[in-house]
Order: sequence, then C-alpha cells, then structure tokens
Amino acid sequence: MKKIILPFLIGIFSMAMVSCEYDNYEKPNVRLYGNIVYQGEPINVKYNDVNLQLWESGWDLNYRIDVTVSPEGAYSALVFDGDYKLIIPSHQGPFRSIENAETQSDTILVSLNGDYHMDIEVEPYYMVRNTQFSVSGNTLSTNFGLEKIIKDIDAKDIETVYLYVNKTKFVDFDARVADAALAAGDIVDMNSISLSLTIPELVPTQNYVFARVGVKIAGVEDLLFSAVEKVNL
Amino acid sequence: MKKIFYIAIIFTALGWGCDDESFLNKEPKNILLESQIWEDESTVLSIIADLYVRFPEYQTVTGWQEFTNFDEAFASSNGDYWRHKSSEYGYDWWRMWDYELIRHVNLFIEKCELADEVLLPSKPRFLAEARLLRAAYYFEMVKRMGGVPLILESMQYDFSGDPTYLQFPRAKEYEVYDFILSELVDIKGDLPDDVNIKSRATMALDLAMQSRVALYAGSIAKYGQNTPTVTLPGGEVGIPAQMADAYYQKALDAAEELLLDGTYSLYEKKEDLSDNFARLFQDKANNPEVIFVKDYLQSEDGAISNPWTLVNQPWSGAEDLEGGRLNPSLNLVQSFEKLDNTYETFQTVDDAGNFIFYDNPSDIFAGRDARLEGTVMIPGSKFKGKDLDIWAGFILPDGTKVSGTYFGDKKTLPGKDVEEQVVGYDGPIDSREYSAQSGFYVRKHMDEATGSGQRGLKSSTWWVRYRLAEVYLNAAEAAFELGNSAKAATHMNVVRHRAGFTIPLVASDINFDRIFNERRVELAFEGHQLWDMKRWRIAHEIWNGITQELTNDPGKADAVQTRVFGLWPYKYYDPAGSENNGKYVFVEKLPAEVTTAHRFRLGNYYSEINDGIINSNPLIVKNPNQN
Repeated sequence: MKKIILPFLIGIFSMAMVSCEYDNYEKPNVRLYGNIVYQGEPINVKYNDVNLQLWESGWDLNYRIDVTVSPEGAYSALVFDGDYKLIIPSHQGPFRSIENAETQSDTILVSLNGDYHMDIEVEPYYMVRNTQFSVSGNTLSTNFGLEKIIKDIDAKDIETVYLYVNKTKFVDFDARVADAALAAGDIVDMNSISLSLTIPELVPTQNYVFARVGVKIAGVEDLLFSAVEKVNL
Repeated sequence: MKKIFYIAIIFTALGWGCDDESFLNKEPKNILLESQIWEDESTVLSIIADLYVRFPEYQTVTGWQEFTNFDEAFASSNGDYWRHKSSEYGYDWWRMWDYELIRHVNLFIEKCELADEVLLPSKPRFLAEARLLRAAYYFEMVKRMGGVPLILESMQYDFSGDPTYLQFPRAKEYEVYDFILSELVDIKGDLPDDVNIKSRATMALDLAMQSRVALYAGSIAKYGQNTPTVTLPGGEVGIPAQMADAYYQKALDAAEELLLDGTYSLYEKKEDLSDNFARLFQDKANNPEVIFVKDYLQSEDGAISNPWTLVNQPWSGAEDLEGGRLNPSLNLVQSFEKLDNTYETFQTVDDAGNFIFYDNPSDIFAGRDARLEGTVMIPGSKFKGKDLDIWAGFILPDGTKVSGTYFGDKKTLPGKDVEEQVVGYDGPIDSREYSAQSGFYVRKHMDEATGSGQRGLKSSTWWVRYRLAEVYLNAAEAAFELGNSAKAATHMNVVRHRAGFTIPLVASDINFDRIFNERRVELAFEGHQLWDMKRWRIAHEIWNGITQELTNDPGKADAVQTRVFGLWPYKYYDPAGSENNGKYVFVEKLPAEVTTAHRFRLGNYYSEINDGIINSNPLIVKNPNQN
C-alpha cells in the first residue's frame, strides 16, 4: 500500500509545482494617480459618483478599466507600464472636460513608465468659495460663496444648495446624519450663502462632526461639493 | 478449402452491406427533419409554444423579489434585505440583448413562410403569432436598451474570416417603436378574435399591445424633454418631441377599437368588490377581462406550477414552512383613495398627538378604494377562510411596547402572572423573515385553492400580462395627453366604478397625478411600475437617493419614494379600567432592514451595453450617462 501512495503523492506535488507557473501572473505595479482640478484646486464630489476610464489599445478586445474619483477629487489606478487613453465619460461629474491639445478631443494620452502623477484640469460649472463653518450649542452654521466658472452657452443655473453633516469623513446625501437645503430662488447673494442645521444626538457620542456643502446644478446629475471639514463641537 | 469458404462468406457479407444505396441515407429516428416539421400542425405548435415560453419578463410571479426593488413592497426574506440596503441600481440592470431569441423567431418565420398551406392550414396564424412575438421581443429590448439593431432575417456566417457584413448599427429608438407598431397593424387580421384564447396571441392582444407600445413611445417623446441628457445624437435614445401626439393618437385609436368592440369587458362577477378584484386574477372560466397570460398548472412538476402563493402566503395559515415574503409598502397602501375621490394618509394620532383607537384593526382602512383589499391583505382580513394575525405587540399608556421576537411569542405583561401571546403569528417582527414586516401581506395573484401553498403542488394561477383595465387606462392617458380630459375621465371612470367609486371624475379632475396614481393602484404588482416611471422620466426624481420621510401627499406623481415604510398595529394595554384597553392603535414604521434610500441615476434610464457587445460589433454606440 505504502508503495503506491508515495509515488502518487510525489506525482501530485510535482503537478502542483509545475502548474504554478501557468496561473501566476505578474501583478500590476505602476501607479497612476492625481486629482481632478480647476486651476490646481481639487474638485470635491460624492463618493462613488464620478468615474474615469482607462483604455489600453493594441489588444484584440477592448475592455475599460474603471477609475473611481474619491470624495476629495483624487483618483488612482494600479496598472502596468504601457500607453493608455484616459477618458472622462460625458455627463460625469459637475464639470466639463477641456479639449486636449494633443488629441483634439477630451481624450488624454498617458504613457506610463513607472509611477506617474497627473492632475486633470477640468472646468466646473461652479466653485464653492470661502466655506466657513461655525458651531454654537448644537447648531452648525455655514457661510460660503459660489463662483460661476462656465459662463458660455453651457452655463447652468443652481438648483439647490445643501449643507450635510456626518459622523465620518464621508459626507453627502447618502452618508449624513443631518442636512439643510436652500432652493436657488431663496439665494440673495451668491457670494454669501448661509445655511444652518441642528446637529442631532450622536450615538455613540463624539465631540466632532464632518461637514461640507453640496451644490445641485440644474441639469447636472452629480453634485459639486466643498472640501470636507472636521468641525469640533 | 475451409479458408476459401470463409473468405467467400466475408466478401458476400461486405458485398451486401455496400450494395444498398439507402444504407447511408436512412431517416433518423431521434430527430425530426425540417420537412417533417412544417407539414404537421402539432409539431409547429410545439415550436411556437417554445417561443411563447421564452417571452421576456422582468417582474413576474416566478420572481417575487423583483417587486421589492422600488417602492411597492418590502422583501421579508433574509436573502433579499440587500434590496433595501443598496442605494444605486447597477447600470446593467434590466439589460436585454438577446439576439439568439430574435434569430430563432426569424428562422421560424422564414421556414414557416415556405411551408405548404395545404398541409399546414394554420400557416397564416402561426406566422402572425411569430411576428407578434418578434414585435414583443423588440418591445422588451427597446424599453430596456433604447434603439437596438433591427435584425429581421436570420444571418449566416460565410467563414470568410471577415464578419463585418453581419454588423448592424443601432436603429433609432422611434424606428424600433415604428417597426413594432407597423408589424402589429400588419398581422392583426390573421389573428383569431376569440375571447377564450388567453395564452396565445389574439386580435385583442394585438390591439392592447399597440396601445401600450404607442403610449410608451408617445410619453418618451413628450417627457424626454425633461431629461435632455438622456439622449444620443444619433437618435438611438430619445424620440423627437413633435412625434408625441401622433403616438398618443395611435395609442388612443388602438385602445378604443378594442374597447368599443365590446367582446371584452371588465371582470364583475362577485358582489364584494375587493373579492371581485382578487378573483379577476384567478378565475380562468369565462374571464372577460383577461387578454393574454402565461398559464400555470398546479402540479408536482415545479416547472409548470406557479410558486407565488407558496412564497407569499401568510405565515399564520401557511400550508408549508415558508411564505410571507412580499410585504406591500405603506407607500403603496396609502395611495388608495377614499371613496369620495380624495387622498388621505392614515390617521394614527389626533391633533393633540394622542393615539386614535380602533375597535378592529381593519377599521383604519375602511372607506377606501376596494382595490386596496383586493391587492393587499390588511390586518384583520382573512385568507383561505382563516383570520390573519398581524399585530406587533402591546403598547402601554406610557408608550412602552411589549413585543416578541418570534411568531406568536409569549411574555408576561406587567401586572399579570401568566404568559400570553404578545405578537401576532404573522408578525410584524423586525428582521424576522416571512413576517409581515410592513404590516401587510400581498393578495394580488394569491390562489385560494387548497394545496396552492404546498411546495409539492403550488398553484395554477396564471400570470396576467395584458388585461382590459390597462387598455382603459392607456386610452385615458392618451386622451389626456391629447387634451381631451373629458374622454380621459370617461375611460377612467369605468375602471374606478368597478373599484367602488360612486362619484365619477369630471374633466377638470383629470391631471397627470390622477393618471399616475390610477395606474399605480390598479396595476400594482403587475410589472408596470419601472417602465411607467422610465417613460414618464420621473424615476430619477422619485428615487433620487435622498433619505426622506414618507410623503404626506399620496397621489402626487413626483413625491419622493426612496424607502418603503410600514404601518404596524399594536394592541393598547391599560387594564386599569381604560375603555381603550384591548383596542388597536397604529404606528408608522420604517422596517429595520430598510437602511438606504434608492437612487435611480440618469444612466439607469437605458441599460448599459457592455464592452463585450461593442467589441464584437464596433458600430454599436453606448447608452448615455454611464461610466
């Protein structure tokens, strides 16, 4: 009996060793990263709301690599060295892309040879300016301005502005413990918009919250946000 | 000598074998040849039956879960709570790109056309059926994907290494709708006009389908203007606004042709209007309303029986160890009007904030649209002659609640020394699957026959795809959109009269909200909701991802419905002599498993065409607003 088992085991082991070669691929090792920016300033969006696409040509079949933009407007992808095309799909994000000089379109050519940092310059419809938060008691107030960036034929109106508060750094209409809204019609001065809300009881208790301002632009699905700020109570 | 003899035998044997030409031309005994098929009615019938079985469906009785994705119902089943915990619908949801099905129906049409009409006398009917099915398949695709390539004949690859001649671009969205409508007009005369044919195509189905298809196209043309980014420059998605009226007119004409014909009528056989409404989906004998169904048969063969009653039966009277999965939401229940044609939320507390007490749990639902109790099992009602036991526990004067964690759980109430039942045998208990976690069970499509709730038998109830009430509502909507509110009111009143409304609506009552709500309550759990919300372009507004309380304005088309709510009955416990002891009070409740608000994004209006499809056919353009 033993005589049979030993060669059998050896056979299985050697098969296992050999087959390792076939299904072990090299892992992606090159990092492409950066921010979506307007004049160097990152554009804040909602978590999981805005995507970029990387396409590598030269293969028989084309499959995209989805790259999600973080709430702070940053993106990163772990890929291989090579030549890629980076695309911001149309109607993604509260901005429009700028025509790339090289490709005469919104496609950006990216040639990777090692880690690469690249900020993508876009034109947002608006920018949230001078956001300030203040707390008195359990009322959180904010004051901010909105600067209209796109003024040509693509210009869009504001629909509603929101103030969101959450216990964690993810702050948007999905992740929030309280919010306040102001319709565009009620905005008097675009340079000084005020909103306030009552912070509900937090379970478990914590002596800080995260807050930011969201802007719904008419006809644009993805909201524009200000930077997340930690506010101590 | 012997050797020679053997050799001779072998040669003779071989000679015989080879001699016969037909040896290699024998008729196979295990498959049918084309020529044999197309000269026999019953064989052709079995092929067309296969095409009927493959009729694409989204929400149907074999998939109760799909009804819980939006706001009509809560999913009371451990494996399906995620439907209330995930925010966004994937861009690939509702995708359909089934050109195998299209090829098979095209092959059927091509071969049937060559058949000999003497041997196959029903040839025109078979052809008309196949063309209707092809139109229906394309309708399913266009409402999910927008314009798709219109492939009307079977394609053959020539193995030349270059398949580009087989690649076709997407048709414009309206071209697909126009194709469907022209096919339906074309074949109508070849279909039988027989009210007793329910599971095959009839002239009535043709007209009903025309009215639905044209109505969809018309509303996409009209309401598509509200979502300008949900279009493609080539017209593959989006229909020009100026085409709206023509489509609405077609929808109205087709619907009225069927309504004025008079062969079909609304089902009105039972005196109790709620029972009547529920029976409409079960009564297979001389049902004058039902136009087209998928039929089922109570059987040990799971493939042909209808599981709806088994999976949704009330737990307290269940015939097997499951049930109670689909719990209609309060969102839906409060959409049923009061009999004076007004909307009202349920009154649980008075102006001072004190509970309102009800002697019977069903009292709070009294005086409403009869369709409510025909669609939903409310607390205090019966199923299969058995009382339901829906109550969430006792509520004490200080507001404390005493409840249990299991069906019919027992506890000792304060001031007592014996244990007693503190929660109904149907729940509601949070996170307890099969309990009525919204406070309601579903009644529509439920079979009252014995055994229909047993795993080994299930139900014979059919799945109604087209019925006359929808045609009335199609006519009403088309008339309203064409500016004829008086006619819209007339058509709506027929349906509302059957539901127990005695005050007819007049032209000035008709507005979009009325049209919206009438479809919502009449056609709940019949697989219309998603397509209606899409074509009216309000899906992204009512499921906007924003966490909001339940609307206090039922009947409003654009009210936010991102989460499903429930209404829980409690027994009031105040033995110290209060006259309200033992009476029922109600609490509006967000089921504990509902944690996230649904979000329908603009990219959900037309499902994603994946990279694989585009790789094999680069002429295909993508749908808008997706990543």
